[in-house]
Amino acid sequence: MGGIAIATAGAVDREAASWVESCLATALGIDTERLDPLPDPSYAYDEGRGQYSSTLVLHDALARRPAHAARLLVITEHDIFIPMLSFVYGQAQLDGPVAVLSLARLRQEFYGLPPNRPLFLVRARKEALHEIGHTFGLTHCNDPGCAMALSTNIEQLDAKGSDYCSGCATLLRDAARVACDGAELAVRSGGIR
Amino acid sequence: MKKHWEVLVVDDEPVMRESLAAWLAEDGYTVDTAESGREAVTRAAAKDYAIYFVDLKMPPGLDGIETMMEIRRLHADASVIIMTAYATVDTAITAMKEGAQEYIVKPCNPEEISLLVGRIIKVKNLQRENLILRKKLAKQYSFHDILSKNPKMIEIFDLVREIASLRSTVLIQGGSGTGKELVARAIHFSGDRASKPFVAVSCAALAENLLESELFGHERGAFTGAVERKRGKFEMADGGTLLLDEIGDISPKLQVDLLRVLQERKFFRVGGNEEISVDVRVIAASRVNLQEAVAAGTFRDDLFYRLNVINIHLPSLRERREDIPLLASAFVERLSHELGKAASELSEGALRVLVDHDWPGNVRELENAVERALVTSKGHVLDEDDFAFLRREAGHGNGWAAPDNMSLDEIERQVIMATLNRTAGNVKEAAAALGIDRSTLYDRMKRYGMSRTGVE
Repeated sequence: MGGIAIATAGAVDREAASWVESCLATALGIDTERLDPLPDPSYAYDEGRGQYSSTLVLHDALARRPAHAARLLVITEHDIFIPMLSFVYGQAQLDGPVAVLSLARLRQEFYGLPPNRPLFLVRARKEALHEIGHTFGLTHCNDPGCAMALSTNIEQLDAKGSDYCSGCATLLRDAARVACDGAELAVRSGGIR
Repeated sequence: MKKHWEVLVVDDEPVMRESLAAWLAEDGYTVDTAESGREAVTRAAAKDYAIYFVDLKMPPGLDGIETMMEIRRLHADASVIIMTAYATVDTAITAMKEGAQEYIVKPCNPEEISLLVGRIIKVKNLQRENLILRKKLAKQYSFHDILSKNPKMIEIFDLVREIASLRSTVLIQGGSGTGKELVARAIHFSGDRASKPFVAVSCAALAENLLESELFGHERGAFTGAVERKRGKFEMADGGTLLLDEIGDISPKLQVDLLRVLQERKFFRVGGNEEISVDVRVIAASRVNLQEAVAAGTFRDDLFYRLNVINIHLPSLRERREDIPLLASAFVERLSHELGKAASELSEGALRVLVDHDWPGNVRELENAVERALVTSKGHVLDEDDFAFLRREAGHGNGWAAPDNMSLDEIERQVIMATLNRTAGNVKEAAAALGIDRSTLYDRMKRYGMSRTGVE
């Protein structure tokens, strides 16, 4: 099929995962597929930091991506990090097949505030679009209203839009078409990517 | 989509290196990585990066600080961010003292690193913009390698354009270092003769007979040492332009020969019988006032009028002070590159010193002063201390006190004698040093009863 595969890793809010899947399907206009849940990424836990290494989760995702899927987005409830930074909302391989999204810091409860489900789901959509955008080669966008704008804190994440700007949308559609066609071809010819 | 800045991440830990590189790549930077200080230096030698992220703690060989120092030796303006997981005040102080632009402790907040990178890139963008604007400005005030926004010089540029394609003789007068040869080249290269030769000859540099042979060429056996026929500068410049620099220094005999060539466009090689015709535009240049030389009888008036068809008088640098910052910046830019020096700009203080200086040697002296300052400078900006030698040189004049009970004539006599002693009796050199022409000096020597070597 050559679309985007979505998998949860460990215990994850199922409704949020389905929401993310539908957001990606409508925003990108390509097929999505829900994979069986992956085991909890305990292998990526860093005791010193009390967080999970997003780099290790990405490496695991690379091995688990089905050959027919152009991209795989792994969703986790754990707070994730890269060594240089105190946290990340998500991480993606730029122009590569895998991305990881953490829901931990998207909830108001993380900041000691009362839950706000609609806000949480909007944030999940923005971050999912953002990380998947990176996998199709998009870098951060200068348009503050675009989902590809850089957000380094929750205020910035809330301030940016929940869709791609027209420029990023155009680039993304072209890149997604090429990637999905490529994945489909790889499956037909029995190739392993 | 944004910027195309290149960044180098230097860390011996693969996960640290690759994850930071990936994060920066997502932000639109082109990222290279190096797993050791040595590899970083090799990469930096191949190209300069907008930002260097360098881990402080790396295996023996080159640690972070040493790597930064090596990189800054290659690129004095390099923006280096030192990263460390083991923050101490000492290491931070050492890093900043050795020139780190920033010092960050791992792990850091994404917002912090984003602001940091954004701030550095903003400065880089401004520097790039500044460079482009400076180049545009230089181009706006540039005319065939001559930089000026002075109204008199602009008039000269206009005149050069007007006369470039004529064959009329041009006389360019102006002090040493005012750019007479550059103007002559501008005339040649703006006109129809641009694709033909431009030949310059300094009449002051050669003895009379050598100059004659240099200008007109000679036949084989014309004199001792003339082992083969040689073409002179007039023949070499055929179809193009011949610049006769320091025309005021030529002998009376050569003045006659030159007058004949200018009148008839024909001449004989030294020792030759064959008359040679040439199509040469002659441009003459002189630092001495030829009208005065004519009045003093040392320069033929008919030759002067023949040369002075179009007259260009170049102002001294003192008369075009507004050009000093423009010229000085252009010299810094060119010479720093040629000399491989870090300095790329002038401080306000340095510009003040340069603008206030009198520049008796004009633009050439300014160029030499910038070169001297660059050679001894250590920093990125040339400041007033780098030009302290100008104040010292100017100070010599100010410190002079007139001797008691000495007449003006006596002072003049003593100064002339001292100058002749210094030049070992060379009148031409002494006249140049005293800022008068040779004939004037001969007059004075005669008046005071002096020979080349002392009082007669």
